Amino acid sequence: METVKAGSTTGISVIPNQRPVQKSILNRTAYIIMYIFLIIVAVFQIFPIIWLFLFSLKNNQEVFNTSPFSLPQSPKWENYAKVWTEGNISLYFINSVTYTITAVVLTVILASMVTFAITRMQWRGSRLVLGLFMVGLMIPVHSTLIPLFNTFTKINLIDNPLSIILTYTAFNLPITIMILLGFYEALPREVEEAAVMDGASIHHIFFKITLPMTMPVMATAAIINMIYNWNEFVFVNTFISSDNFKTLTVGIQNFIGQYTTDWGAIGATLVISILPILIAFLILSNRIVEGIASGSVKG
Amino acid sequence: MNNVLSNKKIIALYITPALFLILALIYVPILQTGYYGLMKWNGIGEMSFIGLKNYTVLMKDPLFWKSALHSFLLALFSALSLSGYLFISIILAGKIKGADLLRKIYLIPMLLASVAIAQLWMKIYHPSNGMLNTVLMAIGIEDPPAWLADANLALYAIIIPIIWQYAGFYILIYYAALKNIPESLVEAARIDGASSWQIALKIKIPLVMNVIKVTIVLAVVGSLKYFDLIYVMTGGGPNGASEVMASYMYQKAFKGFDFGYASAIGFFLLVICLVVTYIIRRLTAANKDIY
Repeated sequence: METVKAGSTTGISVIPNQRPVQKSILNRTAYIIMYIFLIIVAVFQIFPIIWLFLFSLKNNQEVFNTSPFSLPQSPKWENYAKVWTEGNISLYFINSVTYTITAVVLTVILASMVTFAITRMQWRGSRLVLGLFMVGLMIPVHSTLIPLFNTFTKINLIDNPLSIILTYTAFNLPITIMILLGFYEALPREVEEAAVMDGASIHHIFFKITLPMTMPVMATAAIINMIYNWNEFVFVNTFISSDNFKTLTVGIQNFIGQYTTDWGAIGATLVISILPILIAFLILSNRIVEGIASGSVKG
Repeated sequence: MNNVLSNKKIIALYITPALFLILALIYVPILQTGYYGLMKWNGIGEMSFIGLKNYTVLMKDPLFWKSALHSFLLALFSALSLSGYLFISIILAGKIKGADLLRKIYLIPMLLASVAIAQLWMKIYHPSNGMLNTVLMAIGIEDPPAWLADANLALYAIIIPIIWQYAGFYILIYYAALKNIPESLVEAARIDGASSWQIALKIKIPLVMNVIKVTIVLAVVGSLKYFDLIYVMTGGGPNGASEVMASYMYQKAFKGFDFGYASAIGFFLLVICLVVTYIIRRLTAANKDIY
């Protein structure tokens, strides 16, 4: 591609000379080598997941006696039916959905309010408050775990979904504000300022003007939150002990213990746990990519 | 107009709920961790103040230093792998067909639950029927290692899926940063006769230096506090061979019921993360003028 450019945009290629030809062959070879390299990396990234799908549709005999790369002889969909009905996988699934959605809604609304107050309103201390949220990104979860466990025990929130929803919300607020902040700062203030001139109340501006205008970035923040919450493990593992309240991540961890030898069942359980995220990625990949990029590095 | 936008009551109303949550669930707990670290406490009974005893024991605890060493090894490997990601991203951002699809494929492992990844890689490493050893035996290696059960290999066997998990994340960040470089700068250098190699080294990398600094902090701090795969795949074993600081802390608290000592580890972990962040930022601040 580079050679095409050089030839068409400058006059150099008009001069009969051996060198550009050599260079183009060299460039093409380099290009192909790099391409192969990139594809090898892609295979390394994706293959374990494909292998998981394959063995989730096999029985043990097939797993142990056929090549790990072979397709299942006759797909054993009953593996999925079995793990979904036996045990509590369907319950864990519903818990995961409930906690995830509740925490996402709460986080995105609270983070929007904070971001609105920081970027649209004038007050002393706004830098300090923003700083508190941003430093929150660097704090290791494990350094808070014992006091949280102790406090939740004292106020009877241990083994209670509320403890999970509140911790998810608190720990995701920093990253959510970070994602929202870039969008709010780039968004022109004219519409909101005009509304102030017209005598609209702040609540009216926030709910009727700002929130609708920031819909795209709220969607981005929501999907990132959803992924984090869906995959979270330590809090549920520490704060929840009843099966009734467990999420998929902790549930499958316990559940798989029962099936140590049934590879198909383990595979099917794992696929059920990752499928919602994979489907979301298939549909919303651009949004997810954008959210991860804006939530990790600012400027 | 300014009156409406600086109404104190409304500002308080908008920031208080979120501020309350992070203060109550993040900031107060880290102070409490520091406080509990000075106590002898089994998590249920009475606490008794023992001053810095937990810390003096910690300083002499060989198991802790072993786990700290493992955490720093993980940080080292994660930081080193960043150069590979940068290399991949430079190729990827250089007008490669299908770059968008490739970087999305790279990202997939990062989206999956650590527990699922851990379970999947336990199957890959399974001594007799795992994908890895099946392949090794097929190419004639008769007695492949038991990976996670091998004390010499367990830590490295876990580092690989951790790197696998986060590769796409860093590639995505670098790719986005490299795509932000104005095309005119690269074109100008090319017309001046610079090779692709020179352009990458002298123009592209310096221009994304700030992003590289942030990723170094993310990779190092993320590694120091790393927990998930280790907890699920080996629980720190065999015999402490893959223990890291966070898993050691968790084990001391929720298996050993030594909450005071575990809190001391937790507080130490916090201090290490903050200090390392500060040091890396200071060390890399010298390059600031390039931007």
